[in-house]
Amino acid sequence: MTLKVERLVVEHGAIRAIDGISFEVAEGSLAAVIGSNGAGKTTLLRTLSGLKDAKLGKVSWMGRDITGMKPEDLVRRGLAHVSEGKSVIPELTVKENLALGGLWRNNKTELAQSIEEVVEIFPRLGERMSQRADTLSGGERQMLAIGRAHVSKPSLLLLDEPSLGLAPLVVEQIFQTIAMLCRDRGITVLLVEQNALGALAIADKGIIINLGKVVAQGDAKELIDDPALRSAYLGY
Amino acid sequence: MQQVINVFLIGISIGSIYALMSLALVLVWRSTRVVNFAQAGQAIVTTYVAWEVVNRSGSFLMAFILAVAIGGLIGGLVESGMMRTLFKHASDGPVAAVAPVIATLGLLGVIRALVGLIWTNEGKRFESPVSTAGFVIGDTTLPFSRLNLLIICTAAIVMIVFSILFQRTNLGLALRAAAYNPEIARLSGVKVSMTRTIGWVFAGAAGAVAGILVSSNDTLNPYSLDVLFVFGFVAAVVGGLESLVGAVVGGLVLGVGLSFITFYLGTSLVFPTAFIVLVIVLLVRPSGIFGVKGARSA
Amino acid sequence: MLKRKREESSKREHNPYRRRVLFFLLLGWGLLLLGDRVSELRVYQGALIAIYALAIGSLILLTGYSGQLSLGQGAFMAIGAYAAALTQIYLQPPLIVTFIAAVVVAALFGAIIGGGAARLSGPYLAGTTLALALGLPTLANLFSFLGGETGLYFDVGIAPERFGAEFTLYKWFFWIAALATLIMLFFIQNILKSRYGRAWKAGRANAAAAQLVGLHVGRRKVLAFTISAGVAGLAGALLGMVSLVAPSTFTLSLSFAIITGAVLAGLTSLTGSILGGLVLVIIPEIAEMVSGNFGESEAVTANIPGLITSLLLILTVLFTPNGPAEQWHHHKEKKKQRAL
Repeated sequence: MTLKVERLVVEHGAIRAIDGISFEVAEGSLAAVIGSNGAGKTTLLRTLSGLKDAKLGKVSWMGRDITGMKPEDLVRRGLAHVSEGKSVIPELTVKENLALGGLWRNNKTELAQSIEEVVEIFPRLGERMSQRADTLSGGERQMLAIGRAHVSKPSLLLLDEPSLGLAPLVVEQIFQTIAMLCRDRGITVLLVEQNALGALAIADKGIIINLGKVVAQGDAKELIDDPALRSAYLGY
Repeated sequence: MQQVINVFLIGISIGSIYALMSLALVLVWRSTRVVNFAQAGQAIVTTYVAWEVVNRSGSFLMAFILAVAIGGLIGGLVESGMMRTLFKHASDGPVAAVAPVIATLGLLGVIRALVGLIWTNEGKRFESPVSTAGFVIGDTTLPFSRLNLLIICTAAIVMIVFSILFQRTNLGLALRAAAYNPEIARLSGVKVSMTRTIGWVFAGAAGAVAGILVSSNDTLNPYSLDVLFVFGFVAAVVGGLESLVGAVVGGLVLGVGLSFITFYLGTSLVFPTAFIVLVIVLLVRPSGIFGVKGARSA
Repeated sequence: MLKRKREESSKREHNPYRRRVLFFLLLGWGLLLLGDRVSELRVYQGALIAIYALAIGSLILLTGYSGQLSLGQGAFMAIGAYAAALTQIYLQPPLIVTFIAAVVVAALFGAIIGGGAARLSGPYLAGTTLALALGLPTLANLFSFLGGETGLYFDVGIAPERFGAEFTLYKWFFWIAALATLIMLFFIQNILKSRYGRAWKAGRANAAAAQLVGLHVGRRKVLAFTISAGVAGLAGALLGMVSLVAPSTFTLSLSFAIITGAVLAGLTSLTGSILGGLVLVIIPEIAEMVSGNFGESEAVTANIPGLITSLLLILTVLFTPNGPAEQWHHHKEKKKQRAL
């Protein structure tokens, strides 16, 4: 068991955004967290990566308690978080955005190697290395965001709605890349999505949350086929 | 024509000092979203230290290095000691929005009073390290002196060091990333609380250089850098407050402009003009010449 | 919490007008009695307290209720003072007209600068008004009719004879200053309680939300700036009356002192402004006592007041961000809640 979330409670002022969530994600597997707007998905990820403090509960990673740790320290423990809405810095160039992910390692050769790997995965970024990130298309920005996370060499990758606002073809490509990162490189992935069908199709495990609570979790394929969940939460 | 070139060069000389102060203000603004009204106050301390060292040892270089180091130290202490507490406490309430302004103003007052207690309020003559006599070409003596040349060169070196630091080093990348988007920077592993302090350290050092240069061949008292602060602020606003390049260009443009006004219209119009420039820039192009649109209402 | 507060205040506002009139009448009467029983220096200081209170009130009106921080109140005070002095010198109208002229001229400048300032926020406005405070007094050297560094003499004459022979000049100053301040504070208090005042507050709390419910935030900010400048202008005319209408009176330090007073008063309570004025006058007194213990060197006497006020400013912002007055109020309310 690598990522373990136990009875997590997170509050925004008086509102309880996460109300006692528990789940586990096995090492090297891909888990999808599905829920509608306001279900608490983004808050969940922000708490896991240390941007938000938990009120109660515990998060552990590789057997270690990481509750309340700062994001910059979690990166050093192999956790990378691609936040909502193409998390790149538009004022920096593509190359600088990528390099940012590897700054903490302070190793030039490793950094160059990691950037090369990203270019292998997303050849389109290779052509735009010295362009500013704000000249990229939405899909390219999402690739850059995932690429930056990859440069930090994570063992656990948290992705917040990577498909948001992208064309279907690009979504397909992003999902395939995420699946590849998990299958070929052994990265544990926690994917948060509103696009239930696309996410569950590549996931091993599905976790459906609503109003800050887990309503169902289990094998992704079984969740897709559950008619009750379909109509109530998956929306298709 | 020769006259025009002279006035221009003098303008570049004074403008490069404004540029340094403007740079200091922008560095602080980028790292913590605060205009540091105590920037000139911090610089007055280091300038007095430099004056003391010059008087005792006679070495301008040593005074300069010491002042820059202390300037950085003060900047770091102010950020980690005062500003951090401030941001922790004043998260809401009617004063929250203006709290940083008030706190830095308070700091300015404390620094001035302490400087006055140590060195008294009487003006101190800060001798120029080099000749202030104008260069002689043929049989005409220019108003442009060795001191002006020294000022321009020093400022240029500081700016080159900063630009290499920001554009070519890992630290620079971390500083820029933290300035543009602290959250993404943190998620990438940048220790943003540290980059904030570093921003103040660099600003303190830049301000120290500005303080020494502007005081050379002039009188020093606890209030003598007020004008430098205001012109530095105007330059920073003209440059957009976000951009380091803008800060430098803003300073140079202001320096040259005011130099021409001083020469052709007289000293008494310098302040009103600077103020009018400030108001016009804010009204016509609120984001400054180099700024991003819409940045100012936040 | 907020809701309850509003309900409470609406209950309290049952008869707000009469109560406020009573409060200010009592205050005025108290001051009047004091004026007869203390030494000349104290009378002079009393006038200063009133003037500072008024200037602080003008800043509270601006900052506490519309969220704008002006570092340039000293500049508007200067405008008011010069306007009053020039009116008095060239037209010699009745005294009240002179003071009205000061208010109007300062408000006019406030409207012009406020037009630009309304688009600015936070540090931009602070920096711009700082430049104004530093730059404006230098104009005095530019036009000869402003009297240069020596400035102008704003002569309000001596007290009318019916006040008696014992009525000294300083008492006359005190009377004018206290009366003007009381009337003005009363006027500000009424603005703040009015629809406009609430609209300003709404604009401060959340510009976007205020816009949504149809409040024009920009225009109201300009209005707040204009009224504030007018009030500051009156304070400036009064200050010019007791000292001199010269650049040396309206320094940056004056602007800073007023900010200090306003912050100590809490930036939201107008009654606090009198307290703020008191503090500004008392601190130099305390400083004098302190510096007496350190041997009376000039460096000490010149810098101790600044040190004390600046330290107070920092400590206030760091530890009681809403001002000591409000903090105390808050504390009291909590106690009351616990008791219930």
